[in-house]
Amino acid sequence: MAYFLPFEKELVEIQKKLETAKTFGKKQDIEKLEKELANLREKIYKNLNEWQIAQVARHPNRPYFLDYVNLIFKDFVELHGDRYFGDDKAIVGGFAFLDDIPVCVIGQQKGRDTKEKIFRNFGMPKPEGYRKALRIMKLAEKFKKPILTFVDTPGAYPGIDAEERGQAEAIARNLKEMSKLRVPVISIIIGEGGSGGALGIAVANRVLMLEYSIYSVISPEGCASILWKDSSKANEAARSLKFTAKHLKQFGVIDDVIPEPIGGAHADPGLMAATLKKAILEHIKELLNLSVTEIVNDRYLRFRNIGEFLEVKS
Amino acid sequence: MSWFKRKDKKIQTPSEEKAKIPEGLWLKCNQCKEIIYRKEVEANMMVCPKCNYHFPISPEERLKLVFEKGRYNFLFREIKPEDPLNFVAAKKYKDQLLKLEKAGKIDEAIVIAEGKLDKFNVVVGVMDFSFLGGSMGSVVGEKLTRAIEYCVSKKRPLIVFSCSGGARMMEGALSLMQMAKVSAALGLLEKAGVPYISVLTHPTTGGVTASFAMLGDIHIAEPGALIGFAGPRVIQQTIKAELPEGFQRSEFLLEHGMVDMVIDRKDLTQTLIKLLRLLYA
Repeated sequence: MAYFLPFEKELVEIQKKLETAKTFGKKQDIEKLEKELANLREKIYKNLNEWQIAQVARHPNRPYFLDYVNLIFKDFVELHGDRYFGDDKAIVGGFAFLDDIPVCVIGQQKGRDTKEKIFRNFGMPKPEGYRKALRIMKLAEKFKKPILTFVDTPGAYPGIDAEERGQAEAIARNLKEMSKLRVPVISIIIGEGGSGGALGIAVANRVLMLEYSIYSVISPEGCASILWKDSSKANEAARSLKFTAKHLKQFGVIDDVIPEPIGGAHADPGLMAATLKKAILEHIKELLNLSVTEIVNDRYLRFRNIGEFLEVKS
Repeated sequence: MSWFKRKDKKIQTPSEEKAKIPEGLWLKCNQCKEIIYRKEVEANMMVCPKCNYHFPISPEERLKLVFEKGRYNFLFREIKPEDPLNFVAAKKYKDQLLKLEKAGKIDEAIVIAEGKLDKFNVVVGVMDFSFLGGSMGSVVGEKLTRAIEYCVSKKRPLIVFSCSGGARMMEGALSLMQMAKVSAALGLLEKAGVPYISVLTHPTTGGVTASFAMLGDIHIAEPGALIGFAGPRVIQQTIKAELPEGFQRSEFLLEHGMVDMVIDRKDLTQTLIKLLRLLYA
């Protein structure tokens, strides 16, 4: 099903004409319309603003973690449960082959239809999700396998049960424990990187970001309702928060921007997955050359050096 | 229109006289709503004598309570905030920072100090809620990380009094990354075998709870403090139901195994000393 975002309105008309042409029209007309559609789409996607990028990042057809698992890896074996409380469906983890390299893969999973969305809790993990992720990462460390994490969450779940079981503690522990892992870690922001809920599985040696994904301290709506007292100012908030891949590369928060197909990852998931796989392979091969000490130090320093402040000698 | 008109100029109190009136001779307790004599509360470490409500206190007051004879040295005061995002909302972040600087807020949202507690040389961090809700941006992250690294090299125990709304929005993802930075540094402190005591005071939420505040060897909470990941309003909006009584308060966290103890302010320093003697003598 084609789904158009508000800023893609102009595309709808052409799409309609194209569909009519496909049923009744001539081959020539179809080709012309297809070209027109592609050109216009390219024009729109060349100039997306921050808020529009956020909308692409949350596009209902955007490939989710398990789509990439199918497209990039082989022989995925999923592991379940945190061994303390339960099995969080918003985080999926296990082991798989990346070409011939066995790797640990963990990611936040959103649902496509209503039923699946509820099953996945809209991609919002609870403490048991973070604890499951950590358990699997520790397994990877034990068996010396590199870890790949895929981030796609609006945020950690804000609910009574999550608080009772220590949402904050679970995330905090992951931050500390991930920083000490003795194997390479690569994190990829594939859609929404929602604050601490995202960072909880993203303390990595390399953080990559798909071109139209976002990684933010707060959602644009949340920021707008706090700082403007008006959640409809999300557009302005998005501009101020500078949460796009391009900005974050400049701030040193991420290491690499992975280009998306024109029209976003959902326009061509196969191409997206191929591009991403290539990038992952490059980074993983680099990291596999490092010693354990180098891996741990590299990750520590990567985060140690983030932050902008003045140092005034008194 | 009023019925009577004042022919002379209005009653005016000269500003010097206004200033002389002691600010808040009386206090209204936020909890029991009793009107109490301010001096009495002050003598009681800013705790309501009637209902044991713990008023928020400034970092200076906190340091005075912790250190012997109120003697301590500041550390890492040279680190000052910047506006890397050029952040503009209803207000400009730059203007907010400038205003706070003019008001004499030179320590950003955290004060780091070292001094003597019993026989121990300790490093203490105290967050300041009056500085943009005690939010953690690059400065808080950097000062804390340096404090931790200092504790690693000098083998000094670290005590952090947290009090914060979370990560600072105005520095975007840079603030978020401070959570990882500080937590990673705490990993080094752990490896060095140096104790870190986290004291959670009202309120501690968001990215601060989800990083260093929940990574202590020991967690101490002040009575009645709001401590959580998501704020109660956000949770209420999400679940669309009333929150249970006492939800996310210190006692709730104790009940759910997230803190080791809830300690009254008057007993806090002695508790810290006892713990250090037991763990690090």
